[in-house]
Amino acid sequence: MRSPDLLRHAWTVASKDLLVEFRSRTAILSVAVFVVLVLVVFNFGRDATAVSNVDLAPSILWVTFTFAAILALNRAFQLELENQALEGLLLAPIDRSSIYLGKLIANLVFVSTIEVIGVPLVALFFNVPVIQYLGPLVLTIALATVGFVAIGTLFSAMTVRTRFAELLLPVLLLPFMILPLSWAVLATGRLLAGRPLSEIAGWLNMLAVYDFVFVILAVLLFPATVNE
Amino acid sequence: MLRAEGLCHSFGAVRGLDDVSFSVQPGQTLAVFGPNGAGKTTLLKVLAGLIQPQRGSAHVEGGRRVIGWIGHQPQLYAQLTVRENLRFWASLYDASPSGELLTRLGLDEHADRPVRALSRGLVQRVAIARALVHDPTVLLLDEPFTGLDRVAAEALRRLLGNVMKQGGASVLVTHNVEEGTELATDVAFMRAGRFVHFAPRAGRGPGQVAEEYRNAIA
Repeated sequence: MRSPDLLRHAWTVASKDLLVEFRSRTAILSVAVFVVLVLVVFNFGRDATAVSNVDLAPSILWVTFTFAAILALNRAFQLELENQALEGLLLAPIDRSSIYLGKLIANLVFVSTIEVIGVPLVALFFNVPVIQYLGPLVLTIALATVGFVAIGTLFSAMTVRTRFAELLLPVLLLPFMILPLSWAVLATGRLLAGRPLSEIAGWLNMLAVYDFVFVILAVLLFPATVNE
Repeated sequence: MLRAEGLCHSFGAVRGLDDVSFSVQPGQTLAVFGPNGAGKTTLLKVLAGLIQPQRGSAHVEGGRRVIGWIGHQPQLYAQLTVRENLRFWASLYDASPSGELLTRLGLDEHADRPVRALSRGLVQRVAIARALVHDPTVLLLDEPFTGLDRVAAEALRRLLGNVMKQGGASVLVTHNVEEGTELATDVAFMRAGRFVHFAPRAGRGPGQVAEEYRNAIA
């Protein structure tokens, strides 16, 4: 199948997912509330005299994003099980990779929305200089998010027809998130500490390579994961 | 137009299909009758390419693009309107939904209502519209009359009749021998994954086919 068709069908699937989410708003509201609650709990559950805010904030930011993303990713293919729409998608004369890419785009929009809510709250609760380093911080968040959402979307498709999908997804996904998360935490920490950008360039490069490798792998593996 | 040769497929120890072979020519409708678990839905899924058979092969002339599928579930998004659903499914086939289809199925006044707000019968009508939105020439129908009222069932019969007149072909699987026989040009009885009877309908009425079915399956 030609690339324009692949991308057009991917966008058709993504825009449908986003329209469904826009209509119900259930998932985005639930996850947004989850993010707020987790950050509030961390805010009141820390000892500000033991660890400085700049050291603590990156870990809390990424732990919150990780669990919020897992909640969001769980719903990606649940939507297609309702009324067995997944069968209809698999029957359509489109490259099955376009279904994956569509889901990936929709999940990226979904998780990015959650991150847009989470970053200002972290800045507010932990009094860290987010605005000052907004550009590099957005780049770091974007690179890390693409990697784990790419893998998470693939695993979401693999686990959706299993009995314990909600449990199985994090069990499969978390080991793959260790590397990008650790790079993202280190890069975010350096940024918020006001270190020069050259110090985080290596981690950003590794995140970019991780994204490239796992997006390609997921696109190639997806058609096999959805076969009955 | 549609050909199956030596199809075999098992789910663990359960035999879904056991050496099933047949062909359906343009203008023909094969009605497959069988009890629960006979392998009827598996047969349709193999024909549609949703399941790869462990042995044998299935071929649909024109591939997935020409297949229209009506299954147990409507394959619709409850939060989207009827029109949005049809537009989405049509776009995957590079087609656009025709207003005539909505009119024929009596869906005009419901086109801008979300599917979740429709009754079961209306949802089934939308599912039929979804299956026909890209003008398929091969129809795979799994209990298509379930949930339909008399008017909608008649509309479905007319739509299926039109597809057949235009040289289409269909495979219909159902428990309901009476309804299935009315549409069929050929009849098959299925038990434990095998065709135990396969023959042209040849003027036999629903009562006669039902009697033969009872004898073959008993």
